[in-house]
Amino acid sequence: MLITLRRLMDGLSLELLTPGADMTREVTAGYCCDLLSWVLAHGAPGVAWITVQTHMNVVAVATLQDMACVILPENISPEADALAKASEEGVAVFRSAMNAYELSGKMWEMGLMSAERS
Amino acid sequence: MKVPVDLHIHSCLSPCADDDMTPCNIAGMAALAGIGVYAVTDHNTARNLSACLMAARNAGLDMLPGIEVTSREETHCLCYFPTVECALEFGELTYASLANITNKPRLFGNQIVMDTEDNQIGTIPKLLIQSTQMTLAEINAAVRKCGGLAVPAHINRGANGLLQSLGFLPESPRFAALEVSPNAPAPLCDLRGYHILNSSDAHRLDALLEPAQYLELPEASAAGLFELLRLWDRDR
Repeated sequence: MLITLRRLMDGLSLELLTPGADMTREVTAGYCCDLLSWVLAHGAPGVAWITVQTHMNVVAVATLQDMACVILPENISPEADALAKASEEGVAVFRSAMNAYELSGKMWEMGLMSAERS
Repeated sequence: MKVPVDLHIHSCLSPCADDDMTPCNIAGMAALAGIGVYAVTDHNTARNLSACLMAARNAGLDMLPGIEVTSREETHCLCYFPTVECALEFGELTYASLANITNKPRLFGNQIVMDTEDNQIGTIPKLLIQSTQMTLAEINAAVRKCGGLAVPAHINRGANGLLQSLGFLPESPRFAALEVSPNAPAPLCDLRGYHILNSSDAHRLDALLEPAQYLELPEASAAGLFELLRLWDRDR
Protein backbone atom coordinates (compact mmCIF):
# COMPACT_ATOMS: atom_id res chain seq x y z
CA MET A 1 0.00 0.00 0.00
CA LEU A 2 1.24 3.41 -0.96
CA ILE A 3 2.49 5.47 1.98
CA THR A 4 1.81 9.15 1.46
CA LEU A 5 2.84 12.03 3.70
CA ARG A 6 -0.77 12.13 4.90
CA ARG A 7 -0.63 8.49 5.96
CA LEU A 8 2.75 8.97 7.59
CA MET A 9 1.52 12.01 9.51
CA ASP A 10 -1.67 10.28 10.70
CA GLY A 11 0.09 7.01 11.49
CA LEU A 12 2.77 8.63 13.62
CA SER A 13 0.71 11.57 14.93
CA LEU A 14 3.21 14.03 13.48
CA GLU A 15 2.79 17.77 13.69
CA LEU A 16 3.05 19.44 10.26
CA LEU A 17 5.11 22.64 10.45
CA THR A 18 4.83 23.57 6.75
CA PRO A 19 1.06 23.87 6.15
CA GLY A 20 1.20 24.21 2.37
CA ALA A 21 3.03 20.91 1.78
CA ASP A 22 1.71 18.38 -0.75
CA MET A 23 0.38 15.60 1.44
CA THR A 24 -0.15 13.21 -1.46
CA ARG A 25 3.63 12.89 -1.92
CA GLU A 26 4.76 9.27 -1.69
CA VAL A 27 7.27 8.23 0.98
CA THR A 28 9.41 5.32 -0.22
CA ALA A 29 11.81 4.74 2.68
CA GLY A 30 13.16 6.10 5.96
CA TYR A 31 16.55 7.57 6.82
CA CYS A 32 18.13 8.84 10.02
CA CYS A 33 21.38 10.85 10.33
CA ASP A 34 22.52 14.21 11.73
CA LEU A 35 25.79 14.91 9.92
CA LEU A 36 24.69 16.83 6.86
CA SER A 37 27.86 16.03 4.92
CA TRP A 38 27.03 12.35 5.42
CA VAL A 39 23.42 12.81 4.34
CA LEU A 40 24.57 14.62 1.20
CA ALA A 41 26.59 11.53 0.30
CA HIS A 42 24.17 8.83 1.45
CA GLY A 43 20.64 10.25 1.39
CA ALA A 44 18.11 9.12 -1.20
CA PRO A 45 15.07 10.49 -3.03
CA GLY A 46 11.66 9.84 -1.52
CA VAL A 47 12.85 9.18 2.04
CA ALA A 48 11.41 10.53 5.25
CA TRP A 49 14.55 11.90 6.94
CA ILE A 50 14.77 12.09 10.73
CA THR A 51 17.32 14.63 12.04
CA VAL A 52 17.90 16.78 15.11
CA GLN A 53 19.65 19.38 12.95
CA THR A 54 17.49 22.45 12.42
CA HIS A 55 19.85 24.58 10.37
CA MET A 56 18.79 26.06 7.05
CA ASN A 57 21.12 23.61 5.31
CA VAL A 58 18.74 20.77 6.23
CA VAL A 59 16.24 22.21 3.75
CA ALA A 60 18.89 22.48 1.06
CA VAL A 61 19.98 18.88 1.55
CA ALA A 62 16.38 17.60 1.54
CA THR A 63 15.67 19.56 -1.66
CA LEU A 64 18.85 18.43 -3.33
CA GLN A 65 18.08 14.80 -2.56
CA ASP A 66 14.39 15.19 -3.46
CA MET A 67 13.42 13.73 -0.10
CA ALA A 68 9.77 13.29 0.81
CA CYS A 69 10.01 15.10 4.13
CA VAL A 70 12.05 16.01 7.19
CA ILE A 71 10.99 14.84 10.66
CA LEU A 72 12.34 16.60 13.75
CA PRO A 73 12.25 14.30 16.77
CA GLU A 74 11.88 15.11 20.49
CA ASN A 75 9.75 18.20 19.87
CA ILE A 76 12.67 20.20 18.50
CA SER A 77 11.79 23.58 17.04
CA PRO A 78 13.31 24.48 13.69
CA GLU A 79 14.97 27.82 13.05
CA ALA A 80 12.47 30.30 11.64
CA ASP A 81 14.41 31.01 8.45
CA ALA A 82 14.80 27.29 7.80
CA LEU A 83 11.06 26.78 8.12
CA ALA A 84 10.34 29.69 5.78
CA LYS A 85 12.76 28.25 3.25
CA ALA A 86 11.16 24.80 3.57
CA SER A 87 7.73 26.25 2.80
CA GLU A 88 9.16 28.14 -0.14
CA GLU A 89 10.87 25.01 -1.51
CA GLY A 90 7.87 22.77 -0.83
CA VAL A 91 9.73 20.59 1.65
CA ALA A 92 7.39 19.09 4.23
CA VAL A 93 8.72 19.43 7.78
CA PHE A 94 7.14 17.50 10.65
CA ARG A 95 7.74 17.44 14.36
CA SER A 96 7.26 14.57 16.79
CA ALA A 97 7.52 14.02 20.52
CA MET A 98 9.16 10.65 19.83
CA ASN A 99 12.91 10.31 19.57
CA ALA A 100 14.69 9.16 16.40
CA TYR A 101 14.82 5.54 17.56
CA GLU A 102 11.12 5.37 18.34
CA LEU A 103 10.21 7.09 15.09
CA SER A 104 12.39 4.69 13.11
CA GLY A 105 10.75 1.70 14.79
CA LYS A 106 7.23 2.97 14.11
CA MET A 107 8.09 3.76 10.52
CA TRP A 108 9.54 0.30 10.01
CA GLU A 109 6.31 -1.19 11.45
CA MET A 110 4.36 0.88 8.90
CA GLY A 111 6.32 -0.83 6.15
CA LEU A 112 8.93 1.85 5.49
CA MET A 113 12.30 0.18 5.02
CA SER A 114 15.68 1.66 4.05
CA ALA A 115 16.24 3.00 0.58
CA GLU A 116 18.23 0.72 -1.69
CA ARG A 117 21.90 1.53 -1.34
CA SER A 118 23.51 2.57 -4.55
CA MET B 1 54.92 44.29 8.48
CA LYS B 2 54.43 40.53 8.31
CA VAL B 3 53.53 39.41 11.82
CA PRO B 4 53.90 35.75 12.86
CA VAL B 5 50.66 34.69 14.55
CA ASP B 6 48.75 31.73 15.89
CA LEU B 7 45.08 32.42 16.54
CA HIS B 8 43.88 29.15 18.00
CA ILE B 9 45.58 27.89 21.17
CA HIS B 10 44.03 26.02 24.11
CA SER B 11 45.15 26.58 27.68
CA CYS B 12 44.95 24.07 30.53
CA LEU B 13 41.39 25.23 31.12
CA SER B 14 40.26 23.26 28.07
CA PRO B 15 39.88 19.68 29.34
CA CYS B 16 41.31 18.26 26.12
CA ALA B 17 44.50 20.37 26.42
CA ASP B 18 47.58 19.26 28.37
CA ASP B 19 47.87 20.53 31.94
CA ASP B 20 51.20 22.15 31.05
CA MET B 21 49.47 24.54 28.63
CA THR B 22 49.77 27.16 31.36
CA PRO B 23 49.71 30.91 30.71
CA CYS B 24 53.50 31.24 31.17
CA ASN B 25 54.36 28.08 29.23
CA ILE B 26 52.27 29.17 26.26
CA ALA B 27 53.88 32.61 26.33
CA GLY B 28 57.36 31.08 26.64
CA MET B 29 56.82 28.67 23.75
CA ALA B 30 55.29 31.39 21.60
CA ALA B 31 58.31 33.62 22.27
CA LEU B 32 60.71 30.79 21.34
CA ALA B 33 58.71 30.06 18.17
CA GLY B 34 58.91 33.71 17.17
CA ILE B 35 55.15 34.22 17.38
CA GLY B 36 54.34 37.90 17.86
CA VAL B 37 50.63 37.76 18.59
CA TYR B 38 48.54 34.78 19.55
CA ALA B 39 45.00 34.02 20.61
CA VAL B 40 44.06 31.78 23.50
CA THR B 41 40.72 30.17 22.70
CA ASP B 42 39.43 27.77 25.32
CA HIS B 43 36.22 25.82 24.84
CA ASN B 44 33.18 27.86 25.86
CA THR B 45 34.93 29.92 28.54
CA ALA B 46 37.06 33.06 28.90
CA ARG B 47 38.22 32.40 32.45
CA ASN B 48 41.94 31.95 31.71
CA LEU B 49 42.24 34.92 29.37
CA SER B 50 43.32 37.62 31.80
CA ALA B 51 46.17 35.44 33.17
CA CYS B 52 47.19 34.49 29.63
CA LEU B 53 47.18 38.13 28.51
CA MET B 54 49.43 39.15 31.41
CA ALA B 55 51.78 36.23 30.72
CA ALA B 56 51.97 37.21 27.05
CA ARG B 57 52.80 40.83 27.92
CA ASN B 58 55.41 39.72 30.45
CA ALA B 59 57.06 37.79 27.62
CA GLY B 60 57.01 40.86 25.38
CA LEU B 61 54.19 39.48 23.21
CA ASP B 62 50.54 40.32 22.76
CA MET B 63 47.43 38.18 23.04
CA LEU B 64 44.07 38.46 21.32
CA PRO B 65 41.27 37.29 23.65
CA GLY B 66 39.22 34.45 22.20
CA ILE B 67 36.78 31.64 22.96
CA GLU B 68 36.03 28.54 20.91
CA VAL B 69 32.29 28.06 21.17
CA THR B 70 30.49 24.83 20.27
CA SER B 71 27.25 25.58 18.46
CA ARG B 72 24.07 23.56 18.70
CA GLU B 73 24.97 22.09 15.31
CA GLU B 74 28.17 20.74 16.95
CA THR B 75 30.26 23.15 14.93
CA HIS B 76 33.23 24.85 16.58
CA CYS B 77 33.29 28.61 16.14
CA LEU B 78 36.16 30.87 17.20
CA CYS B 79 35.11 34.18 18.70
CA TYR B 80 37.65 37.01 18.98
CA PHE B 81 37.31 40.13 21.12
CA PRO B 82 39.01 43.52 21.41
CA THR B 83 39.31 43.15 25.19
CA VAL B 84 39.27 40.43 27.85
CA GLU B 85 36.22 42.16 29.39
CA CYS B 86 34.23 41.67 26.16
CA ALA B 87 35.31 38.03 26.08
CA LEU B 88 34.30 37.50 29.72
CA GLU B 89 30.87 39.00 29.01
CA PHE B 90 30.36 36.63 26.08
CA GLY B 91 31.86 33.74 28.06
CA GLU B 92 29.12 34.12 30.67
CA LEU B 93 26.54 33.57 27.91
CA THR B 94 28.24 30.49 26.51
CA TYR B 95 28.88 28.94 29.92
CA ALA B 96 25.26 29.50 30.95
CA SER B 97 24.18 27.88 27.69
CA LEU B 98 25.98 24.62 28.52
CA ALA B 99 23.94 21.79 30.02
CA ASN B 100 24.57 21.16 33.71
CA ILE B 101 26.94 18.22 33.18
CA THR B 102 29.83 17.99 35.62
CA ASN B 103 33.29 17.38 34.22
CA LYS B 104 34.84 14.01 34.99
CA PRO B 105 38.56 14.84 34.81
CA ARG B 106 39.48 11.14 34.51
CA LEU B 107 37.52 10.94 31.25
CA PHE B 108 37.81 14.41 29.78
CA GLY B 109 40.80 16.03 31.49
CA ASN B 110 41.29 18.87 33.95
CA GLN B 111 39.76 22.33 33.63
CA ILE B 112 42.32 24.46 35.44
CA VAL B 113 41.97 28.19 36.08
CA MET B 114 45.36 29.87 36.63
CA ASP B 115 46.80 33.15 37.73
CA THR B 116 49.55 35.05 35.95
CA GLU B 117 52.28 33.05 37.73
CA ASP B 118 50.91 29.64 36.69
CA ASN B 119 49.38 28.95 40.09
CA GLN B 120 46.14 27.00 40.02
CA ILE B 121 43.43 29.23 41.48
CA GLY B 122 40.45 27.02 40.73
CA THR B 123 38.72 24.61 38.43
CA ILE B 124 35.53 24.91 36.42
CA PRO B 125 32.86 22.37 37.39
CA LYS B 126 30.69 22.17 34.26
CA LEU B 127 32.06 20.11 31.38
CA LEU B 128 33.36 22.63 28.85
CA ILE B 129 33.52 20.37 25.80
CA GLN B 130 29.82 20.04 25.12
CA SER B 131 27.52 21.93 22.80
CA THR B 132 25.91 25.17 23.83
CA GLN B 133 22.25 25.65 22.97
CA MET B 134 23.19 28.49 20.61
CA THR B 135 22.96 28.06 16.85
CA LEU B 136 25.80 29.33 14.67
CA ALA B 137 23.64 32.28 13.66
CA GLU B 138 22.88 33.09 17.29
CA ILE B 139 26.57 32.87 18.18
CA ASN B 140 27.47 35.17 15.31
CA ALA B 141 24.89 37.73 16.44
CA ALA B 142 25.69 37.47 20.16
CA VAL B 143 29.44 37.76 19.66
CA ARG B 144 28.93 40.95 17.64
CA LYS B 145 26.73 42.36 20.39
CA CYS B 146 29.67 41.86 22.78
CA GLY B 147 31.98 43.69 20.37
CA GLY B 148 33.62 40.58 18.94
CA LEU B 149 33.78 38.69 15.65
CA ALA B 150 33.12 35.05 14.81
CA VAL B 151 35.26 32.72 12.70
CA PRO B 152 34.14 29.10 12.22
CA ALA B 153 37.02 26.84 13.27
CA HIS B 154 38.76 24.15 11.20
CA ILE B 155 35.86 24.04 8.76
CA ASN B 156 37.51 21.21 6.81
CA ARG B 157 38.12 18.95 9.80
CA GLY B 158 36.09 15.79 10.36
CA ALA B 159 35.12 16.37 13.96
CA ASN B 160 33.20 19.59 14.69
CA GLY B 161 34.10 21.28 11.41
CA LEU B 162 31.35 23.31 9.75
CA LEU B 163 31.55 21.44 6.45
CA GLN B 164 31.14 18.11 8.19
CA SER B 165 28.21 19.06 10.41
CA LEU B 166 26.40 21.32 7.92
CA GLY B 167 27.45 19.73 4.63
CA PHE B 168 28.42 23.00 2.96
CA LEU B 169 29.08 26.64 3.73
CA PRO B 170 25.76 28.43 4.33
CA GLU B 171 25.11 31.77 2.66
CA SER B 172 24.21 33.32 6.00
CA PRO B 173 25.22 34.36 8.55
CA ARG B 174 28.28 36.23 7.33
CA PHE B 175 31.31 35.51 9.46
CA ALA B 176 34.46 37.65 9.70
CA ALA B 177 36.66 34.91 8.22
CA LEU B 178 37.05 31.14 8.11
CA GLU B 179 39.67 28.97 9.76
CA VAL B 180 40.98 26.16 7.56
CA SER B 181 43.00 23.43 9.25
CA PRO B 182 46.34 22.58 7.68
CA ASN B 183 45.98 19.09 9.20
CA ALA B 184 42.91 18.03 7.20
CA PRO B 185 42.19 17.74 3.46
CA ALA B 186 41.75 21.14 1.80
CA PRO B 187 38.09 22.13 1.40
CA LEU B 188 36.87 21.55 -2.15
CA CYS B 189 33.84 23.82 -1.97
CA ASP B 190 33.57 27.50 -2.84
CA LEU B 191 34.70 29.49 0.21
CA ARG B 192 32.58 32.48 -0.85
CA GLY B 193 35.45 34.92 -0.92
CA TYR B 194 36.22 34.65 2.79
CA HIS B 195 39.65 35.48 4.16
CA ILE B 196 41.27 32.38 5.61
CA LEU B 197 43.05 31.85 8.92
CA ASN B 198 45.39 28.90 9.43
CA SER B 199 46.12 28.19 13.09
CA SER B 200 47.65 25.40 15.10
CA ASP B 201 44.66 24.53 17.35
CA ALA B 202 47.43 23.66 19.80
CA HIS B 203 46.46 21.46 22.75
CA ARG B 204 50.11 20.62 23.59
CA LEU B 205 53.22 22.73 23.92
CA ASP B 206 55.00 20.92 21.09
CA ALA B 207 52.33 22.15 18.67
CA LEU B 208 53.79 25.64 19.18
CA LEU B 209 57.15 25.14 17.50
CA GLU B 210 56.56 27.70 14.74
CA PRO B 211 54.12 30.43 13.76
CA ALA B 212 50.95 29.09 12.16
CA GLN B 213 50.55 32.02 9.78
CA TYR B 214 52.01 35.42 8.87
CA LEU B 215 49.60 38.33 8.58
CA GLU B 216 50.26 41.82 7.22
CA LEU B 217 49.65 44.23 10.10
CA PRO B 218 50.64 47.81 10.86
CA GLU B 219 52.23 46.55 14.11
CA ALA B 220 52.57 43.33 16.08
CA SER B 221 49.63 43.92 18.41
CA ALA B 222 46.33 42.28 19.26
CA ALA B 223 44.60 45.57 18.50
CA GLY B 224 46.10 45.59 15.02
CA LEU B 225 45.05 42.00 14.53
CA PHE B 226 41.49 42.64 15.63
CA GLU B 227 41.38 45.66 13.32
CA LEU B 228 42.42 43.41 10.42
CA LEU B 229 39.58 41.01 11.26
CA ARG B 230 37.20 43.98 11.32
CA LEU B 231 38.47 45.06 7.90
CA TRP B 232 38.00 41.53 6.55
CA ASP B 233 34.51 41.51 8.01
CA ARG B 234 33.61 44.77 6.26
CA ASP B 235 35.40 43.69 3.10
CA ARG B 236 32.87 41.03 2.33
